[in-house]
Amino acid sequence: MITEIGQFALVLALLVALVQASVPLYGARHGNAPLMALARPAAQAQFALVLIAFLALMYAFATSDFSVFVVAENSHSTMPLIYKLAGVWGNHEGSMVLWVLILTLFGAGVASFGGNLPPALQARVLAVQAMIGAGFLAFILLTSDPLARVLPPPADGRGLNPLLQDPGLASHPPMLYLGYVGFSMAFSFAVAALIEGRVDAAWARWVRPWTLAAWCALTLGIAMGSWWAYYTLGWGGFWFWDPVENASFMPWLAGTALLHSAIVVEKRDALKSWTILLAILTFSLSLVGTFLVRSGVLTSVHAFATDPRRGVFILLLLAVAIGGSLALYAVRAPALQPGGLFAPLSREAALLLNNLLLASAAATVLIGTLYPLFLDAVGGPKISVGAPYFNLTFGPLMTPLLVVVVVGPFLAWKRADLAGALQRLWAAAVAALAGALVTLYLHSGGPLLAVLGMGLAAWLVVGAGTELAERLRLLRAPWPEVWQRARRLPRASYGMTLAHAGLGITLAGIIAMTSWKVEHIQIMRPGETVDLAGYSVRLERVEPARGPNYEGQRAVFTVTRGSRFVATLFPAKRNFPVAGQDTTETAIHTLGIADIYAVLGDGDGKGGWTVRLYYNPLAPFIWFGGVIMVLGGLVSLSDRRYRIGAPARRPLPAGPAGLANAPGD
Amino acid sequence: MKPKRKRLALVVVGLVILGGAAALVLNAFQENIVFFVSPSDLTAQASGRAQALRLGGLVEQGSVVRGPGTEVHFKVTDLKRDVAVSYDGILPDLFREGQGVVAEGKLQPDGSFLATTVLAKHDEKYMPPEVAAALKKSGHWQDEEQKRYGETAAGVPAGGRAP
Repeated sequence: MITEIGQFALVLALLVALVQASVPLYGARHGNAPLMALARPAAQAQFALVLIAFLALMYAFATSDFSVFVVAENSHSTMPLIYKLAGVWGNHEGSMVLWVLILTLFGAGVASFGGNLPPALQARVLAVQAMIGAGFLAFILLTSDPLARVLPPPADGRGLNPLLQDPGLASHPPMLYLGYVGFSMAFSFAVAALIEGRVDAAWARWVRPWTLAAWCALTLGIAMGSWWAYYTLGWGGFWFWDPVENASFMPWLAGTALLHSAIVVEKRDALKSWTILLAILTFSLSLVGTFLVRSGVLTSVHAFATDPRRGVFILLLLAVAIGGSLALYAVRAPALQPGGLFAPLSREAALLLNNLLLASAAATVLIGTLYPLFLDAVGGPKISVGAPYFNLTFGPLMTPLLVVVVVGPFLAWKRADLAGALQRLWAAAVAALAGALVTLYLHSGGPLLAVLGMGLAAWLVVGAGTELAERLRLLRAPWPEVWQRARRLPRASYGMTLAHAGLGITLAGIIAMTSWKVEHIQIMRPGETVDLAGYSVRLERVEPARGPNYEGQRAVFTVTRGSRFVATLFPAKRNFPVAGQDTTETAIHTLGIADIYAVLGDGDGKGGWTVRLYYNPLAPFIWFGGVIMVLGGLVSLSDRRYRIGAPARRPLPAGPAGLANAPGD
Repeated sequence: MKPKRKRLALVVVGLVILGGAAALVLNAFQENIVFFVSPSDLTAQASGRAQALRLGGLVEQGSVVRGPGTEVHFKVTDLKRDVAVSYDGILPDLFREGQGVVAEGKLQPDGSFLATTVLAKHDEKYMPPEVAAALKKSGHWQDEEQKRYGETAAGVPAGGRAP
């Protein structure tokens, strides 16, 4: 019964979305206030209806109702409740419902808290948002019904892929979706602005917090995904340039560019047309990412064709959303008022360079990801494009960007003095040189590129700090003045410092781990000891281990340094009989500046076990830097100017100004 | 500078970056594309090619030999021809005899294949697309598909087919 209510709610949500997509648009065109105002209750109703459907699906998973097809395919009665619930989005159908739920949540947010938006803009934004919603709801209802029944119901479900039964991965898709869907707000605002034919600083002030929030969620989602890969897959790597990873990385690159170009619109009223284009492209890449991962097209182009209805619908939806918005852009963008001028050497130009490099990098990732699919689809040879391709294209494009990241904030708006900026960066330059030399000394004979990379990381971190110190006049002005300045400095400045420094920390982790990790793969017998980068790792024993829905073996390792005890590690192998699958549980002991990482392999039948031991220098920095970046985004999000919102054209209503302003105080 | 020249400067910078990106992509494509081959393709080809390849097929029943040390030897077959593969390291969890596998590495002068990476299929429901293609090419896809289907039907009574 509850399932049917959910089903019905989804159909109603589609109808509401259709009304919301058309009527307010008509009202905004003809200046009809009541019709425009319809968008707000409609957006709230749409959210409520999708929430009902989502809860119905969740209920079916929680109660293990195997008469629901999706539950039977992706759940099992012996699974812990938390993974039953996470199973809701562990499959194509459920994840689509989650996607729409987040979309309508954001729509309801604009409707409920966007009181200070110009009514016509709000109506148009909500209408565009509803168009996306209607497309997705139609896709769900017509091709991937999450609440379809199977009769007679099977006795038990097929179980969730054990690899996915992990807290990191369970919360990873919702984070990614918050990011993807968050960019839909930038998209809706961009399309609404194109319809309206006007982009100004107030518009940018509205778009930026949404983009920033989406960016934070996506950054966290990607970091969590990579961390998950690091500790579950047992290959000691953290990023594989896998198409699934690339699918989330492309919107991140474009979104990062958007974040920076929106600053130029807000502060200088320039780059407006480019920012609109970026907003459209970022969301388009999010759509492509969602579908690439969920449609099965990555597993095989043929999987796409096995359900032609789904494939055709996806292509149609992508064509309408991307083609339609780009066509609208082509028609309307020339009509946008050109904004402020700037010299080729200025903060604007530096941000534009950032945008060009990020966009080019996103394009190379897109080509590398889609080219094999394209070749396969046209019947060409089967190829794969792996890490070497991405290292060769992505690396050279990112290097100049990382150099400029530090210089950019020192440049003045409109027209800047590069010599002066570089002069103030001497501390960072010295630190970079010192960082490189120290690295070279510590790892004499290490690859030269890696040494330069460590210097670049030091440049980023110290450069970000120098910028902040300059602003505060640290060590130059008396302390009370510094304190005054620190208090008056907008939070967005602190956010930027944190985010740029975080980038440097992540870079240091990536370079150190890829260049200087120590790896041992060998057969070990209980009692044997291996030397790993100065640590002694001793295999004590291998013992059986049993859990609620699996059984397997676990090894006990003791790690010591000299005579000092460091840690005990328990890597394990598990077999999940229901899913018929084995998983490897790695054991990681983090030393802060390095990780000791152990994996248990197969036994050789003669009392020995294949083991894989790694010493990963600076590995924790990779995710620590990511968290710092997100923190920077959140601090920036709490900036005063977003709390107040766009300049009011009518009296401000009481109450909070916007949903995106929630973090902070 | 006049606004026109400023704009020109920006456009030139943009074109240089895009051109650089295109050059990087073309260069990387030339050297870093890994072609997929089936065992039949491999035995037909002249051995000793230096390029990295992806070999896909099924792990032949009873062909897996472990040792010495962490070395593993097995045969990859498309049910028409088979190729001996050697690998040093930990095999993926999903590696089993009779199941699909993709080995990335290089063909040795003696006609065997030295793998640097071994990938097994991602989960029970799918077979690596390359493996499916290799089996289709060798004309053995049908039986394999049926076998696979039979297995899942036996493991879990799916809807409509329940006893």
